[in-house]
Amino acid sequence: MSIIVEQLTRRFSPGGSPAVSDVSFHAPAGAITSLLGPSGAGKSTLLRLICGLEIPDVGRVLIDGVDCTSLPVQQRNVGVVFQSYALFRHMTVRENIAFGLNVRKLPRAEVEARVDEMLRLVQLEALGERHPGQLSGGQRQRVAFARALAIRPRVLLLDEPFGALDTRVREELREWLHQLHTRTGLTTLLVTHDQQEALEISQHVVVMSDGRVAQAGSPEDIYDRPASPFVASFIGGASVLRGRVLEGRASLGSLALTVPAAAREGEAVHAFVRPHDIKLARSVSTEGVTPFTGRVQRFKPVGGFVKVLLRMPSGDEVTVQVPRSEFDALGVVEGDAVRADVLTASVFVGDYAI
Amino acid sequence: MFAPTIHLPRRKTRTLEGSPWVRWTLITVALGFLAVFLVVPLVAVFTFAFQKGWEAYLAAITEPEARSAIVLTLTAAAIAVPLNLVFGLAAAWLLARFRFRGRALLLTLIDLPFSVSPVIAGLIFVLLFGRQGWLGPFLSEHDLHVIFAVPGIVLATVFITLPFVVREVLPVMQTQGSDEEEAALTLGASGWRTFLRVTLPKVKWGVLYGVILCNARAMGEFGAVSVVSGHVRGVTTTLPLHAEILYNEYDFAGAFAVASLLTLLALVTLVLKKYVEWRSEAS
Repeated sequence: MSIIVEQLTRRFSPGGSPAVSDVSFHAPAGAITSLLGPSGAGKSTLLRLICGLEIPDVGRVLIDGVDCTSLPVQQRNVGVVFQSYALFRHMTVRENIAFGLNVRKLPRAEVEARVDEMLRLVQLEALGERHPGQLSGGQRQRVAFARALAIRPRVLLLDEPFGALDTRVREELREWLHQLHTRTGLTTLLVTHDQQEALEISQHVVVMSDGRVAQAGSPEDIYDRPASPFVASFIGGASVLRGRVLEGRASLGSLALTVPAAAREGEAVHAFVRPHDIKLARSVSTEGVTPFTGRVQRFKPVGGFVKVLLRMPSGDEVTVQVPRSEFDALGVVEGDAVRADVLTASVFVGDYAI
Repeated sequence: MFAPTIHLPRRKTRTLEGSPWVRWTLITVALGFLAVFLVVPLVAVFTFAFQKGWEAYLAAITEPEARSAIVLTLTAAAIAVPLNLVFGLAAAWLLARFRFRGRALLLTLIDLPFSVSPVIAGLIFVLLFGRQGWLGPFLSEHDLHVIFAVPGIVLATVFITLPFVVREVLPVMQTQGSDEEEAALTLGASGWRTFLRVTLPKVKWGVLYGVILCNARAMGEFGAVSVVSGHVRGVTTTLPLHAEILYNEYDFAGAFAVASLLTLLALVTLVLKKYVEWRSEAS
């Protein structure tokens, strides 16, 4: 059951900028596809358009190859999990899970059996008679999953399902979702602003920005081959280095990188470098600074790593992540000059503006 | 060396509560005020009501005109409360869920019965349905009586009590959002089922609270009803009007006996109101 979205546009106020603008993508059957982007990128609106809670101004939504753009939300048979859980607070866990089944007028015995099955699936067998108010955040979210899965949906749509939970519970549930997906094999669309989440559990990622698709591809594609400066800067906490095209190469200080084919001699270029793609070494030169020497502005140990902020002679600031032992061996303090070797970077033509 | 940790909280409570002198003065003023304006009148109502004994009391509230006043009061409330319940739910739903042109105007209009004097409210209906009113010729042509008749009293009561349910339900709906409703829709529930099974249980304490206040006002309304009633004894007099008529005829025991019924209604309302508040906080 694939989801195909074709040229969807949704504008909330006439004349205003659209929340979703000419979006097309394909969520392959049986896979987890992430809609990744900063808040306000239009991810949730897109999800609401797919499940039928919003009607698009233009475009089509196809589920399993069938156009359901004009189908009311009740008839789409999609499972939706909301960030706020949206559990019915006056009903018990069992009643919550049974809601969609009672709507479908299933026989009582079948409803009970299905509810039991769902409770087992989300490992909440003992809590069926509780009310949502008596559950922890993680348990509530699992009830929301059980309620959405009970109706045997064609696809599963998740709107920031772990957004309201603390980091540890979130990581546990992420693993749990991965296992759940392996067991059910349901086509899943996951809206998230957490790149870690998207890269970790999805087979396909659609990066969104300003209501448009910035890039779609496998997590490796998105991470290793960002298609635009936005994607490069959004994923992986990259720093920017600015330079020019010299003799067919991007010259960023002493570093020369391959440039895209369209670049002309002398044109401005900028490169995105990830914090762990830079190696630091003690500066050997003492007479003045070499072009690719940075000055340590600040450093801060974070767990097993040390985050170092370097200031380049060009004025660019670069964040570098160094393993703690390596940093200790380096023995630098604030104000020291260090040599920075860039291992890989993504180069784009044009000047960079934040 | 532990002195600061002991001192700090003590000093804090003292600044919050003020000195004992201030505290006791405020308590005395508040209790004195309550005694003069609430307790004394309450005691007076029942004292006057029973000054001629039980039998006179029972006679005063069971004589035919009193009985008809009770029936009319209950009838007006029985029509006004359900009507305003339905209107209140629909309007609260509309105002909480949708943003549309004229929304602010509608919100203001709903408060009109609160802001306009009840006598003016009564006059509005006289001007509309009275013999000289806009619809007067049409009504007399078809032999329909609104003003100085039961329909007028019901109309005035509906108008006066219109804001209660909306005003109680709207804030509840607004704070609870529409996530649960959207979840119900994605699970396949129709709009009507979603309203009955999800929205209504969510707002039920707000609804009940509004209904209680609405009912109390419907039964106790004087001004607007007085204007449209015409004081036809035993026909268009509600309990408050009946009490006034008896009072004007120097039948103090009778007037206060009827008034005691309304007072009892107020007390019951207070208890119910407190109970609903307690339950809605508990859930």
